Amino acid sequence: MAIRINGTDVTPPDDVRVSLLDLLRDRLHLTGTKVGCNQGACGACTVLVDGERVLSCLMLAAQADGRAVITIEGLGADGLHPLQSAFLEHDGLQCGYCTPGQICAASAMLAEVEAGVPSYITRDLSGPVVLSRDEVRERMSGNLCRCGAHNGIVDAIMAVAAERAP
Amino acid sequence: MTPVSYLRADGAVDAIRLSALHGHRLLGGGTNLVDLMRKGVERPAVLVDVSGLSALIEEAADGSLVIGAAARNAAVAAHPLVRARYPMLARAILGGASAQIRNMATVGGNLLQRTRCLYFADAAGSRCNKREPGSGCDARGGFTRYHAILGASPACIATHPSDMAVALAALDARLHLANAAGVRTVALLDFHQLPGDRPDIETILAPGEMIVAIELPPSDVAARSTYRKVRDRASYAFALVSVAAGLALDGDRIVDVRIALGGVAAKPWRALRAEAALRGGPATAEAFARAAAAEFADAEPLPGNAFKVPLAMRTLAAVLTELSGERA
Repeated sequence: MAIRINGTDVTPPDDVRVSLLDLLRDRLHLTGTKVGCNQGACGACTVLVDGERVLSCLMLAAQADGRAVITIEGLGADGLHPLQSAFLEHDGLQCGYCTPGQICAASAMLAEVEAGVPSYITRDLSGPVVLSRDEVRERMSGNLCRCGAHNGIVDAIMAVAAERAP
Repeated sequence: MTPVSYLRADGAVDAIRLSALHGHRLLGGGTNLVDLMRKGVERPAVLVDVSGLSALIEEAADGSLVIGAAARNAAVAAHPLVRARYPMLARAILGGASAQIRNMATVGGNLLQRTRCLYFADAAGSRCNKREPGSGCDARGGFTRYHAILGASPACIATHPSDMAVALAALDARLHLANAAGVRTVALLDFHQLPGDRPDIETILAPGEMIVAIELPPSDVAARSTYRKVRDRASYAFALVSVAAGLALDGDRIVDVRIALGGVAAKPWRALRAEAALRGGPATAEAFARAAAAEFADAEPLPGNAFKVPLAMRTLAAVLTELSGERA
């Protein structure tokens, strides 16, 4: 078995205690994924596993065996991802430390919205999802920004969502 | 973390076989267990990955919904039948943790997560009867904002952190348990234990036993139901108090009602006294306030969490008001 990381097969580490986050950063030198709290509270380590956003600090690398991982390096492999461009355009960052996690989370979040998945604040759980600013804030609440760039982050995500709307 | 080995179970039979291993812990999504291993609270010798248990969400012949233990929280909340028939459950799950954690967490693991009491998690610096039986409790007399006001004991004042389990308690969910000795079904309400003098014993699970499925019976009150969570920030925080409630009305009369509370006890707290006070009576603000008062008549708050009693009573009344047609 192998972990497919940004399209390349990687053998899982022998030591079970190695998290997916540590595998990415310390062994594969994919340092775009950041260590924030290392306890599931900040979202800086967000990556995509089989297309879904997860926290790489709370996942053992062994758990990712046989699954496909996309990091910020994979998301922006063919030039800037539209979300990366939008974060630049709308000042969705200051220091940039939370940004890779924000962008990975936002890319999966937009897919969730397109699939009609409600959030805690969606009034009609079975109705269509309208992506308001409050919906973006609720859906992105797992990604903290200590610089307080959240207004720009919401602007950037709203702009990309508007471009993608049919 | 102490050294540990990892085995991935290939289905329920294999999981049951591996759960006979000494010093094992079942690994679902890992969102709680991996963190507690890193903090030194959990020190398993073997991790048995049970993400290969059933993750199916299926309707049974009697109209029940059966959810495999390895179903992800996010998948349950997104399921069309859950959203349409059990809105309080979808909203409770969506109110818990973050989207990333809901994608990882399994429903079986959610029910077996440990308390988030800060003193329990502080293995290096705090005494905790749940972590080390008989060692004492540093939470009592400490920072108790997130601690229990119902059903606590001198040994432990921790709360159960799950939002999902609160809705399951209100919905009369049943758990399918299995080990090498066989399969049995228990009510969720009987699954978690109050702390008493053994807060380290949290559930009725027998050795080697695991949750394989959650069964939701058809419900008259679930269609008109919701979940409200009050917390220190707008999102991604544990509950100070939460309310799952469902109401069946005939005009202004309450035909049936289910209420459960989160953030107040070591287990999801079914509000049987409030239900009894309401059933058959009028759906009025006065009745809701009286029912809430009845539920908390024996509350035993601490100086740091006394605010939770009026907060929970008002939240309960507000949710019932909302469900009865008037937005509170």
